Amino acid sequence: MKKIVIREEYCLGCRLCEVHCATAHSKSKNIIKTFKSAQGRPLSALVFEEQGYTTFALQCRHCKDAPCIESCLTSAMYKDKHGTVLHDTEKCVGCWMCIMACPFGVIKPDLKEKKVGSKCDFCTGREKPACVEHCPNHAIILKEYR
Amino acid sequence: MRHLIIGYSVAAISAIKSIREFDKASEIVVLTDETSVYSRPLISYFLAGQVMKNKLSFIPKDFEEEMKITVRWNTAAKKIDSKKKTVLTADNEIIKYDRLLICTGGVPIKLPIDGYFEDISGIFTFVKLGEVEKLIKYIEKNKIKECVILGAGLIGMKAAEGLLARKIKIRIVEMADRLLANTFDKTASALLEEKLKESGSEFLKETTIKKIISKAKKLEALELSSGKTIKTRLLIMAVGVRPNIELCKGTGVAVNRGIVVNTKMETNIPGVYAAGDVAEGREFLSGENAVIAIWPVAARQGGVAGANMAGKITEYDGMFPMNSVTILGVPSISFGLTNPKTADYQILLSSEGGRYKKIVIKEDRIVGVVLVNAIERAGIFGLLIKQKLDVSALKKQLLLDDFGFLVLPRDFRKHFVTGEGTEV
Repeated sequence: MKKIVIREEYCLGCRLCEVHCATAHSKSKNIIKTFKSAQGRPLSALVFEEQGYTTFALQCRHCKDAPCIESCLTSAMYKDKHGTVLHDTEKCVGCWMCIMACPFGVIKPDLKEKKVGSKCDFCTGREKPACVEHCPNHAIILKEYR
Repeated sequence: MRHLIIGYSVAAISAIKSIREFDKASEIVVLTDETSVYSRPLISYFLAGQVMKNKLSFIPKDFEEEMKITVRWNTAAKKIDSKKKTVLTADNEIIKYDRLLICTGGVPIKLPIDGYFEDISGIFTFVKLGEVEKLIKYIEKNKIKECVILGAGLIGMKAAEGLLARKIKIRIVEMADRLLANTFDKTASALLEEKLKESGSEFLKETTIKKIISKAKKLEALELSSGKTIKTRLLIMAVGVRPNIELCKGTGVAVNRGIVVNTKMETNIPGVYAAGDVAEGREFLSGENAVIAIWPVAARQGGVAGANMAGKITEYDGMFPMNSVTILGVPSISFGLTNPKTADYQILLSSEGGRYKKIVIKEDRIVGVVLVNAIERAGIFGLLIKQKLDVSALKKQLLLDDFGFLVLPRDFRKHFVTGEGTEV
């Protein structure tokens, strides 16, 4: 399967991945309208990390043996047939076991709605994940794994 | 070959999936004293009315067909004969097995308080769905507006969450001087106590119930160690659970507090395995055996047991306690050893605007974490504990709000980020 690989030495820190991720997961899918159509600041499904000049985007690794799925009390967190770890908001009760279990800290809680707020879905339905497609310096790439 | 599984919750489900990964053909039979599969931690959400009964299951509807298993509902196991390799059911049926998995979970502890009788109406435990259904009926029938919860541990606090959602005023009676005393310190507890007070509830710390007063088998009042007597019609006994090991007595299966298992989840009797809240397996930090009655551990232990039962040798180096609890809108997550009793630990603290973080370090390794109102990216701490990463160079950053993967040593984080998956 294909995996998103991040190469921090190529990351410019432009945060376009974050903008395009939020857009791809917005109602309008329009970069200009995304912010306005979201209630409050739109959440991207990746975590942008920055310390001085070092930067990179981190998104769900879609672990083979995913601790978030194992910890989920309701089976809201699940794996599809392609090996992508997905989240079913309907089933989520906001117990935050996944937040506790995820070793990468890439699942974001929506504390108000008591649901997982955002999590990388590998841009299911798109040809390429938005963060990969829009990274100007190929710091986020797709790589085939067996 | 026949795999026989006693109990049908998360450990059993994981075991079944795992057996089927390596063994498509063998027979799998499950004995359960329940009438449905449900996610036990969801009972507080069920009590609160946030999750309906038909949504309590955590497996697909066609799980039994897909996995080709036979589930014997309402069939309690009574006795194991490990020499003959049979299990006797409550209906005196003898079932043979080749491999046996015991995942009978835990049973609520009932304290022998003066005046306590099983048949007094108004006293409930909070572990099984059947009991919670009775509790809901009792609340509705008697229009309960107040109650007493004995025990401010996880079960007591989960019960509190459900009852508060029903607008029932609660009084929590607890022997310790704080809430969630196993993991919380006084500072962490104070954040929740404040919320409890706001909700009109009361926390009676360093208190026990001396006597239960009933009339005509109906609960009327409780006499406390403080000398006070409080009237109440509902008491939730939430003093903890103990492993359900009745079945193993006199069978040769070694038990301590729980059923003692090795890293393959096998008991002292070859072919007999145990997993979940009933099992006493390796605790990661101490290396000693302990019962860690939490969902993720049950899931992992079940999976490991299943693999070994199917002939795929798999080991589990154990886990440390961890939990995620939200009370009155205050989320908290804790890992490992959070209240060390000796002085050879370093403790890092930050408390700002209701956000509390506590990190317990021994020999430059994190061994415990408490996060209250600051749970974002909590799992990274779990990773650091499990990987025993030397944090001497990052101590300053651990408490900061922008703490993340970038702070970690480059080789360490690259290994995890580029790796195929993770075993945490």
